[in-house]
Amino acid sequence: MTSPLEQKKIRITGPSVVTANRTWDGAVIYRTDGQDWSVKLSEAAIVRTSDEARALLAQSVVDDVGAVGAYIAPVEIKDSGNIKPGNLRERIRLHGVTIDLPVPA
Amino acid sequence: MYAYDELDRAVINERVDEFRDQVKRRLSGELTEDEFKMLRLQNGVYLQLHAYMLRVAIPYGTLSSSQLRRLAHVARRYDRGYGHFTTRQNIQFNWIKLAELPDALADLAEVGIHAMQTSGNNTRNVTSDQWAGVAPGEIEDPRIWSELLRQYTTLHPEFSFLPRKFKFAITASAHDRAAIKIHDIGLRLHKNAQGDTGFEVLVGGGLGRTPFIAKTIKPFVHGHDLLSYVEAILRVYNQYGRRDNIYKARIKILVHELGIEKFAKEVEQEWLQMRDGALTLDDAVIEDIRSRFTYPAYPKLPHMPDELKKAAHDPPFEAWRKNSVAQHKIPGYAIVTLSLKPVGGPPGDATADQMDAISDLADRYSFGEIRVGHEQNLALPHVARRDLPALWKALDNIGLATPNVNLVSDIIACPGLDYCSLANARSIPIAQELTRRFANHATADLIGRLHINISGCINACGHHHVGHIGILGVEKNGEEFYQITIGGRADENAELGTLIGPAVPYSEAADVIEDIVEAYLALRARPDELFVDTVKRLGVEPFRERVYATR
Repeated sequence: MTSPLEQKKIRITGPSVVTANRTWDGAVIYRTDGQDWSVKLSEAAIVRTSDEARALLAQSVVDDVGAVGAYIAPVEIKDSGNIKPGNLRERIRLHGVTIDLPVPA
Repeated sequence: MYAYDELDRAVINERVDEFRDQVKRRLSGELTEDEFKMLRLQNGVYLQLHAYMLRVAIPYGTLSSSQLRRLAHVARRYDRGYGHFTTRQNIQFNWIKLAELPDALADLAEVGIHAMQTSGNNTRNVTSDQWAGVAPGEIEDPRIWSELLRQYTTLHPEFSFLPRKFKFAITASAHDRAAIKIHDIGLRLHKNAQGDTGFEVLVGGGLGRTPFIAKTIKPFVHGHDLLSYVEAILRVYNQYGRRDNIYKARIKILVHELGIEKFAKEVEQEWLQMRDGALTLDDAVIEDIRSRFTYPAYPKLPHMPDELKKAAHDPPFEAWRKNSVAQHKIPGYAIVTLSLKPVGGPPGDATADQMDAISDLADRYSFGEIRVGHEQNLALPHVARRDLPALWKALDNIGLATPNVNLVSDIIACPGLDYCSLANARSIPIAQELTRRFANHATADLIGRLHINISGCINACGHHHVGHIGILGVEKNGEEFYQITIGGRADENAELGTLIGPAVPYSEAADVIEDIVEAYLALRARPDELFVDTVKRLGVEPFRERVYATR
């Protein structure tokens, strides 16, 4: 859960995605194979090597208008093929806070 | 309340127009994020895990009822119906859209509220005692000087690009409720032997990765010289503060590395060149600021009215009164703290409906004024003692009469990993669990005054270093762990807490805190020896032995 702001080098040890926040509203988004962004993790492009991760991040940050703060985040690929966030931080980004909000959504 | 003049309003409105243009250019791609980031930060806009966050300043913690209603409006119209009061007299909205931010700021500007300099490497919101102007025994209202500093530091060109952020806090009471010793500059208003009013100036306090308690750089600076002396400090910092390493850029590091004597000498030399110049405050300027603060015309009222005598027989009322009601400088009146720490709730949060209701209660019972304290609670500063029973009932109806002010469940906590992009671990669920464990009021009352502070990372927004019990979230191999310190305090006798032992996992954190409290109850010399005094007397070892013996 080390903040991606503290990521110094790109070195991945398992399946990963590129994630960011959407510029106009800050929503969590994922880079897709179609070189676009999606709010669905299931539509994210999966990378499995550090070189692939670097390449995906490099083409993601070119879109400075649509997305802010792109970085590489770990995911888990379930036997069913479903993609799950790879750590608590990413689970919170995808699913929301772990507490009840003061005003229910 | 302070009445803004035309210049104040013009500055705020111009900034909204400027930021609206900057947002428009960012969304069109004319500005890159690298170019825009500093601009948004200077307007209090962060990017958190799920969304942008807007931090709005509440200078010296004073709000009018119309201002609080407008904050409720922003929460409802642009956010998700609530706001989070912070440890520096700000309010944060966690779900705001960049595209709508200019409209939100324009709505706030209409009632004189802004977000300027609530982030970025500049002078931040000037904070003060939330009981300023009403606390018995106060030298004078510290908000007069807070407002002077606010005007002086707002958009000051020389201090808009400091090596790092810079925070002021001011108190004028013997008991420090503003935590001045953990600020970059802390100011304690007092009188010298000649009866002149001035400031003890402290410098280099701060928490975060490298915590320090501020040191006194000058025991007495006359009020007329306040701005020139402060400017001398800032100039020395601006010149020598480190810009090459963000972790060493705060003034506390400079003061520590130079030593307070050498730092003071540098400041003195700088000050001698300017002390009787344009920054010297004449009486007219001070009086002009003073005259803009209005105080209620308190009707004369009995100190022990019949309503209060009758309510004293009601145990729930008495439990609330004992912890939430403080003495006012005017007989017949009281200062009432509104706990934003309900059992099981996120510390410091208030819904828009609650904010509206508090505004109505402020109009009815507190001359339309509300205060915000660094403990993440609110206060009504001018309540007639005869109205206390009625106010209590009204607060209870909106969930704001939890009788836990200054008790173990009155927890200070940062937003933690549930919201913050810097956090390593969650803070709010730990706080919620602790409030459930200590929900029994009789138990909490038996424990007495005990401040728990929780931070989700080393940046220490929850002030964990100075909690009687401090809890710091860290990450170990992808899991949440918590380091526990005890013996810290943020008042006039400020101290940093001492680490009690190895970090414990999330699942054990609340158990460990319960064990520490049980150890205290067994170790204290007498029922009125506070937790922090027991730690001071015995050190951490007896606590460590009891807490870690079975772990």
